[in-house]
Amino acid sequence: MGIEQKLGNLGAVTTTLEKAVNWSRTRAMWPLLSGLACCAIEMMATQAADYDLSRFGMELMRASPRQSDLLIVAGRVSRKMAPVLRRLYDQMPEPKWVIAMGDCCSCGGVFNNYAIVPGVDEVMPVDVYIAGCPPRPEGLIHGILTLHNKVMGEKSLRVEA
Amino acid sequence: MLQPQMEITVDELRQLVSDRALQGETMLLNMGPQHPSTHGVLRLLLELDGERIVNCVPDIGFLHTGIEKNMEAKTYEKALVMTDRMDYLNNLGNNLCYCLAVEKLVELDVPPRAQVVRVLLTELQRIASHLVWLGTHALDLAALSVFLYCFREREHIMDIFELCSGQRMMTSYIRPGGLWRDLPAGFDQAVRQFLSLFPKRIQEYESLLTENPLYLDRTKGIGAISSEKALQIGLTGPALRATGLSFDLRKAQPYSGYEQYEFEVPLASNGDTYDRYIVRMEEMRQSLRIVKQALDRLPKGPVRSNNRKFVPPPRSELGHSMEAVIHHFKLWTEGFPAPAGSVFLPVESPRGLLGCYLEGDGGPKPLRVHFRTPSFANLQAISILSRGHLVADLVAIISSLDPVLGDVDR
Amino acid sequence: MIEPAKNLANELTELFGGTQVELQEFRGQLTLLVQPEAVLAACQKLQQRGFDLLAALTAVDYWPKQPRFAVDYRLYSLERNQFVGLKALLTDEQADLPSVEPVYPNANWHEREVFDMFGIRFRGHSDLRRILMPYEWEGHPLRKDYPLGYEEVQFSFNFDEIERRKKYVKD
Repeated sequence: MGIEQKLGNLGAVTTTLEKAVNWSRTRAMWPLLSGLACCAIEMMATQAADYDLSRFGMELMRASPRQSDLLIVAGRVSRKMAPVLRRLYDQMPEPKWVIAMGDCCSCGGVFNNYAIVPGVDEVMPVDVYIAGCPPRPEGLIHGILTLHNKVMGEKSLRVEA
Repeated sequence: MLQPQMEITVDELRQLVSDRALQGETMLLNMGPQHPSTHGVLRLLLELDGERIVNCVPDIGFLHTGIEKNMEAKTYEKALVMTDRMDYLNNLGNNLCYCLAVEKLVELDVPPRAQVVRVLLTELQRIASHLVWLGTHALDLAALSVFLYCFREREHIMDIFELCSGQRMMTSYIRPGGLWRDLPAGFDQAVRQFLSLFPKRIQEYESLLTENPLYLDRTKGIGAISSEKALQIGLTGPALRATGLSFDLRKAQPYSGYEQYEFEVPLASNGDTYDRYIVRMEEMRQSLRIVKQALDRLPKGPVRSNNRKFVPPPRSELGHSMEAVIHHFKLWTEGFPAPAGSVFLPVESPRGLLGCYLEGDGGPKPLRVHFRTPSFANLQAISILSRGHLVADLVAIISSLDPVLGDVDR
Repeated sequence: MIEPAKNLANELTELFGGTQVELQEFRGQLTLLVQPEAVLAACQKLQQRGFDLLAALTAVDYWPKQPRFAVDYRLYSLERNQFVGLKALLTDEQADLPSVEPVYPNANWHEREVFDMFGIRFRGHSDLRRILMPYEWEGHPLRKDYPLGYEEVQFSFNFDEIERRKKYVKD
């Protein structure tokens, strides 16, 4: 959004506009289809009928990183996959958020060995961590709502003075 | 820390791609690890002539977890939790394979109630795995409603697992010697409710897909293989049974009391994608039959072996028995020793032959655990199955082979 | 030994008898111990006898005992409905043996995995390169002298010192 460069700090107008921008960002956040392992099955179950993700605006999971703004890392990140994930993250346009779903991408999980990156935060900055192996669909929804709260509090329009 | 992304140039793959690629006649396309239709992180290097596939080279290892090495560092009982996460759609099946191997190695008995419950839960897990397969297979072919229906049914099975063990997927409910704990009170009612509603649902899925001309066009004659070639390339499970060979380990080398149940092994003749679909649909029905028989014949009794040298005592005993405390302490700190020797235990997973090669060395930790996983062996057939087909057919072929990348890479 | 296994044992002894092949039996499962160079010939003989599926191919590392490696094959015969095992012992210096890919094409990926994890080379393999680890990885992970590579668990007493060393990405 180039509008913030032109507006500068206009006081009350900026904050209201900011709230509107943040609100609209949370209501239609499109996740990238990046399910790696077991947590991906729970992510698919969350997307399906019983725990519906489309009521949060995530009707479809985009296959292309250029069209998505949320990267849900679901599953264990191996050393071979880490550069690929970083590339996906770099390909996503701003604003973007990352949810580390499950224990394996938060901290390495059950696995503590040569093959698994202990936490995807060694590869990319993470906004929300969700615990569980795999987290229940309600857990993923709670994580998404936490992310929504975080985004609502972001200072997205204020120009650094 | 991040290794530089290694670009596979044509030079390195010179021996894999045909000469036409080197001259620029055919195109090399990377169907990368992140792709909606590859069922996980599978990378395929396609050599395309227009839209026809000349060669397809799979590149795996993006989910390699080092499970086998990690299990060598844990005792036999503690290593069990790692097996859930291998083939993550067949958690209880993996647990069962490993536990049977441990029990064979140390010659541990399993009470009859535990054997019946093991069969019951493994068959429910088979139905759940086939439901996920059907959902993702239909999703790849753009039949989205089947995906939603399948996951709705799967929720019932997940609820049953949660009732038993507290966990939907990674249950670790089947332990060496039997089960973790006895079945809870509402189990019988929950399973009977599922048994009454599921046959109509299979009917529903079949009415959407089996005679659908769109589905038939996309799957009949696609990815066909003969049974000799299938055996040579190491295919097992529904993919092999779709070619006409009747090889099901539940009938051939029964384990955990499978010889007492009446069920059929579905076969088909052509070995193409459509036949693999038919075989799996029928397998779901047969699994339902086994679940009903198991539920009806559930005997009373203990659910775990009493052999305190291998099985920790229940917590209620710890209050008043010194031996129980000693056994508990020894088993949880050190673990039980296994003799030096190796066993190979094959079971039938929803994908094919799952084998556990377990070698002990006299100590409490395994010397070597190797899982011969069906998806690893089945995935080799991709290059043969997809030759000459279109890229859109490749999507149908991969999903009909049902690879689970956790199984492939371990 | 149960009946079918005894018949198989007799048949295998007369098939291989006298050619440095030892028959072992553990928990009712038969294993033939062969010399590494004789593996291909043994597989061909067994395939002619009806063992048409190579069910598993794996290796074990017995470090620091010698012979260090053992390569284990599991073959299955559909008509007899029996499994038989084949084992070849290898030393550190001589860690290669002929590939059975000409006999069982599905040994392709299994042998690649054994090469990747243990460093055992297979002569005559069509495409021996790493399969599970990244291509430029050094070392063979499942060997016993390869470290597990775990990271220290962060408890509250060592939280701060590990936190200082831990790599995070914040951009």
